[in-house]
Amino acid sequence: MRKLLPSLLLSIATLCVALPAHAGKTVDAIRARGQLACGVSTGVAGFSAADSKGEWRGMDVDVCRALAAAVLKDPTKVRWSPLTSQQRFTALQSGEIDILSRNTTWTLGRDAGQGLVYAGYVFIDGQGFLVHKRSGVTSAKQLNGAEICVQTGTTTERNLAEYARANKIQFKTLMFENLRAVLKAFFSGRCQAFTADASALASIRANDSGKPEDYVVLPDRISKEPLGPVVRRGDEDWFSIVRWTVFALLEAEERGITQANVDLIRDSTSDPAVMRLLGVSEDVGKPLALDKEWVYRMIKAVGNYGEIFERNVGPNSLLQLPRGINALPRDGGVMYSPPLR
Amino acid sequence: MTKARPYLLQAAIIGAVLLALYGLASVVAAKMRALGVEPGFGFLWQRAGFDIGDRLIAFDAADTYGRAFLVGLLNTVRVALVAIVASVLLGGLVGLGQLSRNPLVAKLSEAHVEIFRNVPLLLQVLIVYVLLIGRLPLPHEAWQLGPDIWLSKSGLAIPWPVLTETGWLLDHPLLGRFTFTGGAVLTPEFMAVAVALTLYTSAYIAETVRGAVQSVPHAQSEAALAMGLSEVQTLRHVVVPQALRSMIPPLANQLLNLIKNSSLAVAVGYPDLVAVADTTLTQSGHAVECIAIIMAVYLFLSLLTAALMSAWHGRLLRQQAGGRI
Repeated sequence: MRKLLPSLLLSIATLCVALPAHAGKTVDAIRARGQLACGVSTGVAGFSAADSKGEWRGMDVDVCRALAAAVLKDPTKVRWSPLTSQQRFTALQSGEIDILSRNTTWTLGRDAGQGLVYAGYVFIDGQGFLVHKRSGVTSAKQLNGAEICVQTGTTTERNLAEYARANKIQFKTLMFENLRAVLKAFFSGRCQAFTADASALASIRANDSGKPEDYVVLPDRISKEPLGPVVRRGDEDWFSIVRWTVFALLEAEERGITQANVDLIRDSTSDPAVMRLLGVSEDVGKPLALDKEWVYRMIKAVGNYGEIFERNVGPNSLLQLPRGINALPRDGGVMYSPPLR
Repeated sequence: MTKARPYLLQAAIIGAVLLALYGLASVVAAKMRALGVEPGFGFLWQRAGFDIGDRLIAFDAADTYGRAFLVGLLNTVRVALVAIVASVLLGGLVGLGQLSRNPLVAKLSEAHVEIFRNVPLLLQVLIVYVLLIGRLPLPHEAWQLGPDIWLSKSGLAIPWPVLTETGWLLDHPLLGRFTFTGGAVLTPEFMAVAVALTLYTSAYIAETVRGAVQSVPHAQSEAALAMGLSEVQTLRHVVVPQALRSMIPPLANQLLNLIKNSSLAVAVGYPDLVAVADTTLTQSGHAVECIAIIMAVYLFLSLLTAALMSAWHGRLLRQQAGGRI
């Protein structure tokens, strides 16, 4: 008994020291490197694209900035890796990047079968149609008998065929391998509609058409494409940080905390939920092995989810996408955050 | 023993090659299994799940990958056949035109050869396609080229006979909300590939024809003219039959090139064999099998063409040896 007591005390002491939960090997690597290695696209306007000054901009980019602000306390400490769709999963699997934030659709096969795991979604997309305004078409079902241009290589042509079959209509499908060729064909009037992910269509309409007002993206979405950040399987600590970073951005919007008013609110609020979120009262960073102010720094760096959306893809941006399904539940969307407590 | 040795050596080499191929195949198969794809050609019986717009036989998303390949093969054969006939005719005319005593005809023919054989074929396909879809009118403003014949961005719509319960009926193209339905349509993609292949190959065939005609001794045509044959008769009965002999082998080469070059159709979205195989391999993951099918089909088409051309050549030589010119 005399021998047992000191060893017991020692064990308790060890437990106490170890209590500020260990952040996991990915976070250790990020902190040691002093940089977050973030995999982005090679250039998709609104999601991840370098601007004229070489600065990366977009929704997926802001997710990485928010993470850097949370983990490294500096939103600029990100190393960007532009990846093609063929390279993206290998780069993550091999450990070249810590997170893949690159308009990547969450599917069962990718989430469960490839050593990867999705931490959530930041934008819900769907395959849509771009048409010439002069055609007077207002819904995809009116496209019966039309010639539709498709770029092959993904599931686009399959979704199109399934949609036609389900709605008992017929399309004349024109499949191109090259994006330039398919855009040339569509804009010169060879086909009456061009089908791709709606966000890509919005970007093409804004940047490649020459006259955006002559083209319309139809409201129909014929497939589900939730886009979100992906991490490697096997590091739950890092997975949780990424997942709750996205939730915290949503929670901040729900509570009306913006980049502009975050300081004011932190100093003046008496709302317990807001105090908790900004680290004034309880420490919600602790279970993630982060500090008290991780959410405060994120909002200060990139703003809340709504601000990120508006700035990069919203009605006043180049892409002019409506908030739609990507709104908070109170506005008719599905962007829901579990409680941060 | 001395007689058997070369055979043994050959058997050993063939054995080594087969063994290497087998080793390669098993490595590939193991890699594919590791990725969760069962190697083999069984996928050809699976549902394709995509549509092909331009086709000679019925096809929709419920049909199999195998049938999609057949659609692609028929499209390759269709465009190659049209281009073969057109380029031989055009090449023959231009080849003879280069030898014309009319300087305008001779210079134009030479210009044709120099332009079309020196511009890369891919560029020609793209130029013709962009011109077609850029310059042709929209379906609603289609040019009427004849009764029920319409030319627009959607292609050349023509009446086409179809077999119904009451017998053969002419199906007329009708303008729908977006484009023409009924009849048959030659799409701009088909026309671009066919026209570019024809122009490009005709330049080489013209040179082959010119060389072959020039290889016939000049004295032959002088003698024929002296005997009172007209220029056309001289060409028809004296020069061309002799030129054909030396023309067929290089002509066969050009036709083989044409068939293989038709794979550039991919650039303008014409659903030929290669385009269908590319779509299939990204959808199904059976890249190795799809490439093997492409190789086998082009090999078969090329060997078939070569065999037909050499049979023709052999027959010509026998006929001429028999004195029947």
